[in-house]
Amino acid sequence: MWIAVFCLSGLGLVASLGLGLAARRFAVEVDPKIEALERVLPGVNCGACGYPGCSHFARALVEEGAPVSGCMAGGEDTVLAVAELMGVEAVIGEKRVAVVLCKGGRGESKTKFTYRGVEDCKAAVIVSGGDKACPHGCLGLRTCERVCPFDAVEISKDGIAVIDPEKCTGCGICVKECPKEIIVLVSVEKRVSILCCSREKGSEVRKKCAVGCIACETCVRVCPFDAISMEGNLAIIDYGRCRVCGLCIAQCPTRAIEGRDWPFPRVEIMDDRCTGCGICTMVCPVDAIEGEKKEVHKVSEDRCVGCLLCIDRCPKEAIRLRAPAHSASELAA
Amino acid sequence: MEDRQFILSSSPHIHSGESTPRIMYSVAAALAPAIATGVYLFGLRALWVVILSVAAGLATEAGAQRVMGREVTISDGSALVTGILLALNLPPTVPWWVVIVGSAIAIVIGKQIYGGLGYNPFNPALVARVILLISFPVQMTTWLKPSPLFSRAVDAVTTATPLGAMKTHLMVKGSLEGFTMGELWNPFIGNIGGCIGETSVIALLIGAGFLLYRGYITWHIPVTFIGTVFVLSGLFWAINPDQYITPLFHVVTGGLVLGAFYMATDMVTSPLTDRGMMLFGMGCGAITIVIRLFGGYPEGVSYSILLMNAATPLIDRYFKPKTFGWRTVSSG
Amino acid sequence: MKVRCSFQGGIHPSEEKISEGTPVEDLGVPERVVVPLSQHIGAPCEATVSPGDKVKKGDRVGQATGFVSVNVHASISGVVKSIGLFPHPLGRPLPAVEIESDGEDAWADHLKSHEDYMDLSPEALKEIIRDMGLVGMGGAAFPTHVKLSPPKEKSIDTFIINGAECEPYLTADHRLMLEEAESIVAGARIAMRSLGVHRGIIAIESNKPDAIEKMTALTEDMPELEVTALRVRYPQGAEKQLIKTLLNREVPFSGGLPMDVGVIVHNVGTLSAIYKAVRFGIPLIERVTTVTGSGVREPKNLRARIGTPIKVLIEACGGFSADVGKVIIGGPMMGVGQYSLEIPVVKGTSGILVQPLSEVEEGIAHTCIRCGSCIRACPSRLMPTILAVFAQREMFDEAERYDVIDCIECGCCSYVCPARIPMVQLLRYAKAEVLARRKKAA
Repeated sequence: MWIAVFCLSGLGLVASLGLGLAARRFAVEVDPKIEALERVLPGVNCGACGYPGCSHFARALVEEGAPVSGCMAGGEDTVLAVAELMGVEAVIGEKRVAVVLCKGGRGESKTKFTYRGVEDCKAAVIVSGGDKACPHGCLGLRTCERVCPFDAVEISKDGIAVIDPEKCTGCGICVKECPKEIIVLVSVEKRVSILCCSREKGSEVRKKCAVGCIACETCVRVCPFDAISMEGNLAIIDYGRCRVCGLCIAQCPTRAIEGRDWPFPRVEIMDDRCTGCGICTMVCPVDAIEGEKKEVHKVSEDRCVGCLLCIDRCPKEAIRLRAPAHSASELAA
Repeated sequence: MEDRQFILSSSPHIHSGESTPRIMYSVAAALAPAIATGVYLFGLRALWVVILSVAAGLATEAGAQRVMGREVTISDGSALVTGILLALNLPPTVPWWVVIVGSAIAIVIGKQIYGGLGYNPFNPALVARVILLISFPVQMTTWLKPSPLFSRAVDAVTTATPLGAMKTHLMVKGSLEGFTMGELWNPFIGNIGGCIGETSVIALLIGAGFLLYRGYITWHIPVTFIGTVFVLSGLFWAINPDQYITPLFHVVTGGLVLGAFYMATDMVTSPLTDRGMMLFGMGCGAITIVIRLFGGYPEGVSYSILLMNAATPLIDRYFKPKTFGWRTVSSG
Repeated sequence: MKVRCSFQGGIHPSEEKISEGTPVEDLGVPERVVVPLSQHIGAPCEATVSPGDKVKKGDRVGQATGFVSVNVHASISGVVKSIGLFPHPLGRPLPAVEIESDGEDAWADHLKSHEDYMDLSPEALKEIIRDMGLVGMGGAAFPTHVKLSPPKEKSIDTFIINGAECEPYLTADHRLMLEEAESIVAGARIAMRSLGVHRGIIAIESNKPDAIEKMTALTEDMPELEVTALRVRYPQGAEKQLIKTLLNREVPFSGGLPMDVGVIVHNVGTLSAIYKAVRFGIPLIERVTTVTGSGVREPKNLRARIGTPIKVLIEACGGFSADVGKVIIGGPMMGVGQYSLEIPVVKGTSGILVQPLSEVEEGIAHTCIRCGSCIRACPSRLMPTILAVFAQREMFDEAERYDVIDCIECGCCSYVCPARIPMVQLLRYAKAEVLARRKKAA
């Protein structure tokens, strides 16, 4: 028995020595900086940076001068960490999230036929463009849900893809994969979106979907900031002008426009600080503030839309948010 | 006409009617003659082994799938077939707990951990049989002398399988001299010691004929498997008939017919193409002979099939059929 | 007569030729037609009429754009009602010319007859064929004049007349061979003259003995034409498989065409139309379509004007006989499901198959059990199950290496699959991706 023990132990020793030598002799030289960068990158290999995986991006940072803020998926923390390792200033771009521009679920929009086949949007469009009556409608067959590396996409009970902005990192994979091309990236702060992509005439849209854009132009008229325009039977928001006031959301007759956490908080004037200068009255786009000169002004709860222009301009910082639901730091410009 | 919505799918819009359950239940039916013969030869205890194996397999699969959060698919017949095949590969004296453990191993380790039906690289029944053989060698090699069902002796008599007897004789005597293999008629109808399903060649062939007719198995694997065994054993027998027994003996004894027609031909674990299957069969035959003639075990079919199962992905990779039109020169 | 078949793979589904004994019935003039400007492979036409224009039967209403394109013509006489997007068998609204009938069914004025058409030069013949809007009527709708104009380097030695009609249910070609045999043969001779070919083979599946007999009798005294009977096997009528059986030549994979092996193949319906176009100056304005399936009361072979909405044809067959599951344009193996009965009959509409709800497959797929049936059935000798896995996992480079481009989408793999895997859909998806990537790389 002892012979067997010694033989096996000896073999083990020889093998481990061999492995150790091989590990040293055949070791691949890796720049320690690349390894350090790999450790701070999210490691999800989503490809949003344009490189095939986090390791490649790490190498590209060191060897090819890839942009430090290239990793969108990791968020602010990652950009800061990468910048620190690279020894440069961090430039934090705005966070963008993906939005599915369709809300016509099974209950609200019609189908052309009953589809039977592969449960995947990209395969389903082969069969006469998918079963939705509207050619731009979300098919809800989970292609985006499957490709999202961050589990940010869910198909609602109604059969529509919905993206969770908390989990979404703006990597853009779903945007590329959607065969209907109805997912877009929007700055996370711009919480208002028109959830429709149909450029068909309003009468056609009505036949196919109860919540589509019918090009009635109500939102165009109602927007105090001229942020909405019509492009071929579809309302489009110019996010450069949009102040996330939410007036369009309330007025849209088909409820095609949605806002995250809408209705938005109203504002109120703090009596002890207001000097009655009247600047807020002048800037308010919906005439929601009243008051005599040199007297405390008042905000009409009904008319206020929460655009926060008055908060921006009040010289005495006498205006604050009314509802306690969201902290001011979240919404302050 | 307005509200009626049609169904749309990709072509084709008709189907042959074949289905996975249909194939599985057909294989189970094809094994009925072997089960019946086994029960006739070894008594009701053999039937008990089959029933226990199937029941344990179905229960284990349902349980495993539920635990793994998968759809429960025991009605597709694959666990039934695995249960029957395992039972047929066990000796009739095997204790009930060995049967249950084996069946559970076949389903869980042989199939479910890989993802379920279609994903396993090894034949589940053989995985279980080999694990049992290594773990419980005594219980797995205690054979019964067949005693036809309605003329039962009071006590069951243990015996050796023909292959086992031959190997022992060789080891003890150093040559085959004096070894009587008996009438070759016996293994043909099953009147020898062995596993429940492997002894009766004719019962197995009847079932295999049915499967061949239906197209669920093709001739490629069985013919090359058995053919290679015959040729290689014949070669050694021609060189030295004193040490090596006639190829006919090798073909009808042991688990060769059961293995070649029912185990090696398992669709999931065998190659996809006809030519690949032939190489697979030849490999199985060669390894079987090596183990039988030169290895420590008397029987090598189970191991040879498992080893070739491991080679199946490689075989599939190198045996791609040549796409239509690969030759740019016309041969008209 | 020797019955031949020598391509590997294929299947033999139940033939269901329930309408093969029904002579062709003329549907007559519909109240309105919708003539799509794209009924062929290649560039769509440009409309040459405007709403309000009066047109006569045979007048051109759409002009071909480019070489791989053909004209479209009015199939009835009447007034152009509108030009716009209309339902189309391809599954999305496409531009078409809507014509309302004036009840007269009057012919256009300038139809050119040629009594001595065999004296015309090959170029002149091709010119007529192109003008008259002729395309392949077996279903593919490839412009005929293009097919008859192979590049000079490709020398053609054999012309094949395709009367196989291997899809179950379809019988239009069968009836044509019985009722218009002379036109078919004349059309074949015209085509062979335009190609300069002196050997023609008429290929007919052996489940049409009367057609074989008729065509044999007709061509008895013609040394350049012979008739061959084919074993019934799907897809015997597919070009590549047909050439393999008749001449034992394999069209090269990855983009090869029959002309690469010296052959041109034409459907019998196309040939009959060629004859009518050359001899009488009649453009392609009608075709024989089989309306069939257990979903219609009386399956028939109807001669319908191009542009007739298919609901008119279904009504002419007694309407639906049960709860309808699927309405398919084409045959059950390669046909395209439709969601609207307003779609018109177009040049390639070989059949309208109505499947009652009870016959529609469930479509629930299970795991592949590696049975290999699809590999044995594939006429292109591919490995469909492996290609399907590549498609599902988006491994398009591997799919390309395993020759997914050579899939002819015949449907044999899905037909035999016990696990009911929708392989054709997956293969189509992979093919589209691979082709798109190739285009991007170019």
